[in-house]
Amino acid sequence: MPISPRLGPEAVAANMADYKPRYKPQEALLEANRCLFCFDAPCIQACPTGIDIPSFIKKIANGNLTGAARTILTANVLGASCARVCPTQVLCEGACVMLDREGDPVKIGRLQRYATDHVFEKNISVLKATAKTTGKRVAIIGSGPAGLGCAAELARLGHSPVVFEKTAKAGGLNTYGIAYYKMPPKVSLEEVEMIRGLGVEFRCGIEVGKDITTARLEKEFDAIFVGIGLSGSPKLNVPGESLPEVVDALHFIAQIRMQPLHKVPVGERAAVIGGGNTAIDAVTQARRLGAQDAAIVYRRTQSDMSAYEFEQELAKIDGARFLFNVVPVEIVSHGGHVSGLKLARTTNVNGQVRILPGTEFIEPFDMVIKAIGEEKQVSLLKTLFPNLELDQRGVVAHDADTGRTNLPKVFAGGDCANGGREVVDAVAEGKKAARGMHVFFAGEKVTGPLQASRLGVKDGAPMGSGFDKPIRVPELEEEYFKRGGK
Amino acid sequence: MADLSINLAGIKSPNPFWVASGPPSNTAYQAHRAFEAGWGGVVWKTIGDPIVNVSSRYSALNLGQTRMVGFNNIELITDRSPETNFRELAEVKKRWPHHAVIASLMVDTRERWHEFVKRAEDAGADGVELNFGCPHGMCERGMGSAVGQNPKVTETIVGWVKEVAKIPVITKLTPNITDVTSAARAASRAKSDAISLINTINSITQVNLDNLCPEPFVGGRSTHGGYCGPAVKPIALNMVQCCAADPEVRIPISGIGGISTWRDAAEFIALGSTSVQVCTAIMHHGFRIVEDMADSLNDYLDGKGMKSVSELIGKAVPALQKWERLDLHYKRIATINYDKCIGCNLCYIACEDGAHQAIALISPDGYGLGPGRVPGKPIPQIKEKECVGCNLCSIVCPVDDCITMVSVDTGEPHMSWDDYQAALARGEVKPIPAHP
Repeated sequence: MPISPRLGPEAVAANMADYKPRYKPQEALLEANRCLFCFDAPCIQACPTGIDIPSFIKKIANGNLTGAARTILTANVLGASCARVCPTQVLCEGACVMLDREGDPVKIGRLQRYATDHVFEKNISVLKATAKTTGKRVAIIGSGPAGLGCAAELARLGHSPVVFEKTAKAGGLNTYGIAYYKMPPKVSLEEVEMIRGLGVEFRCGIEVGKDITTARLEKEFDAIFVGIGLSGSPKLNVPGESLPEVVDALHFIAQIRMQPLHKVPVGERAAVIGGGNTAIDAVTQARRLGAQDAAIVYRRTQSDMSAYEFEQELAKIDGARFLFNVVPVEIVSHGGHVSGLKLARTTNVNGQVRILPGTEFIEPFDMVIKAIGEEKQVSLLKTLFPNLELDQRGVVAHDADTGRTNLPKVFAGGDCANGGREVVDAVAEGKKAARGMHVFFAGEKVTGPLQASRLGVKDGAPMGSGFDKPIRVPELEEEYFKRGGK
Repeated sequence: MADLSINLAGIKSPNPFWVASGPPSNTAYQAHRAFEAGWGGVVWKTIGDPIVNVSSRYSALNLGQTRMVGFNNIELITDRSPETNFRELAEVKKRWPHHAVIASLMVDTRERWHEFVKRAEDAGADGVELNFGCPHGMCERGMGSAVGQNPKVTETIVGWVKEVAKIPVITKLTPNITDVTSAARAASRAKSDAISLINTINSITQVNLDNLCPEPFVGGRSTHGGYCGPAVKPIALNMVQCCAADPEVRIPISGIGGISTWRDAAEFIALGSTSVQVCTAIMHHGFRIVEDMADSLNDYLDGKGMKSVSELIGKAVPALQKWERLDLHYKRIATINYDKCIGCNLCYIACEDGAHQAIALISPDGYGLGPGRVPGKPIPQIKEKECVGCNLCSIVCPVDDCITMVSVDTGEPHMSWDDYQAALARGEVKPIPAHP
């Protein structure tokens, strides 16, 4: 049977509503007043963009929401989306000293959302482009978090960035790839508008390499930022993969974000193949769209899943099933439509997944969502920049502090350069590349805004901000290495 | 179970907790509720010639999410007639014969004082409290703090009252005076049986930054109010101790000022109060707070092996000395318990910017402090040689018992400033060098 939408507009809207609603004013004050206003605060050091968190929380506590938003957005132009999608439990909140004091960190993410919502809702502009323009033009390929982070910082430094985006709307995964209940696309699109307001030009629907050559970019622009992210899911390489109800998780999520929610088709019984955070986003949303059964199908054990524990918990609360130590060997069909998954049981031999012969069984499903990671952009990168150096992982080799690549005018950041990390990492890398370009153009190093640290107020400190050298809490390091160091 | 009953200058009460004269003691209805909740005494809202009040009347100082850290009011004495008040007071006394019912009074002339003291006695009051403290409304008419601020007038009026009073007289003092003991001595000279302090302090709690009018707002204007609540406790404790230690006062004290918990009460008692009076905390949470005050004070006294609350009265008074008599050779320094340290570095920045630059933030290799011992997190470290033992770090530290102040044996004998000056004059010691 072909799949179709399953719930009416009201039911699906309720299911997809904010899973962490905005604080009410009293809640925000109560939470803000829990912050100890640490000096040389670990939360700042754990934030890849180095937001001066105690300062913005103090401003909330003192009733200055606009100032709080300014503190946030100055350090992280995508502060509104990061407030919603950052894994704060392993970043700022994971480093919060209140964990040690009370076992419960200050809810930094929700406070950040409270402050940024204020300025977006009231249309208050807190960021300003500098009045002095340098005339330097920068082509930014890809309008995801890295490209936006780079573009905003460039504009603030007086340069003229132009963002090239192959899809119809800017924002990258923030616009197309976040679970709806975490953040509706509106938030990302508003951020794009704010960045446009800084003087950034967006050319959407233009694919570099197809609609415009890199040679032309190199000629017309003083520098190029490569922020093209990753490509779609690799193939499962099992029979039945081309059936109409077999979809890529990111495609499924993009559909949810680009269509009216009640018009998004979903299976009655949906299988999600994979064990990462995207698999969780897919399985929870399949349930929220009305799937009677939605199951994570993962070839290893629960403890091997790269999805954060709090994400796994959410899937359980949403009523998802988990099938561990099984691997799809065939997508079975009936009348040209998916009717089930033929699974084989697996075992782990010295870290290698082995199929146990003779263990095959069929689980009935009418939809299969693939969430088995994203592929590196090796071939596209090679096509666009034949001389660009990639590392052994297939990502752009670059200087971590400046985003510089082996090509003099080309800088890189975000998933295509780091292999796939958080939104906040991409923003920080874009910002670093912008500052790297500033040095490249003007020979002038940009620092700040710096927080007072033990090394003094004026000079700041390398440890004073997570932007320069983020600390990572041990649990996060573990997560990080578990995911193969990407 | 320790004996909580007290006897303040002949006024007996089953426990030291009295409802202070104020909005909670305005009616018989409230007095009944107070006694039912467990209060030992009620000092009636000040009775005098009827006045007229304004709207609004109260305002507060809030800190963060904590409401009513400080509180002020511009309400005057009772706005009910003396007849109503004395009638209700009599009813209350009849129903609660073993509890203390005290009439707070404020009138002007000698004849009126005589009349009101007699009426209080006729109503069955266990004592009278002379309100020489109110800092608003009544003082402009020559009453309240206008009396308490002038020891001569205080002495005169207490004298008038004592001419006729057959029941104990408590003189209530104002803190709006340079030296509260001058007023306490005046009361004592005039044979007041006890004193009670402090009344409220002149204050403006806040300015409304939208309309630029201070609170409480009365039709576009405001006026100076009487300040009370937890924030005034330190001022009150100081004044209570000064009176308790003064050899020319020597009369029992009823302590007032910011008392909200058994602990506050115990501190007032340890500094010389026989009874304690509470108003703001009741205005915040109701009469029910006395249950824990009594229960916990009892627990404390049992823990200290004290059979009665009277054993605690004044116990901390002698420890308070003039600065000149403190030991210049005593030394304490801060120590950090790293098992408890959460790595907020508040001790560091307080010492660095606000005090004596005696804490370093060292960058440890490997693991620092904070949740999961965040790697690379700097660790505060006391520079013992620089530490003057000021207490600031231990005060700002948000974790209980993390920074403690530890006495250090300097090996030097006790030497106060007075001793030092005398020894210098005798040529026995060299001047202590100035701090670098």
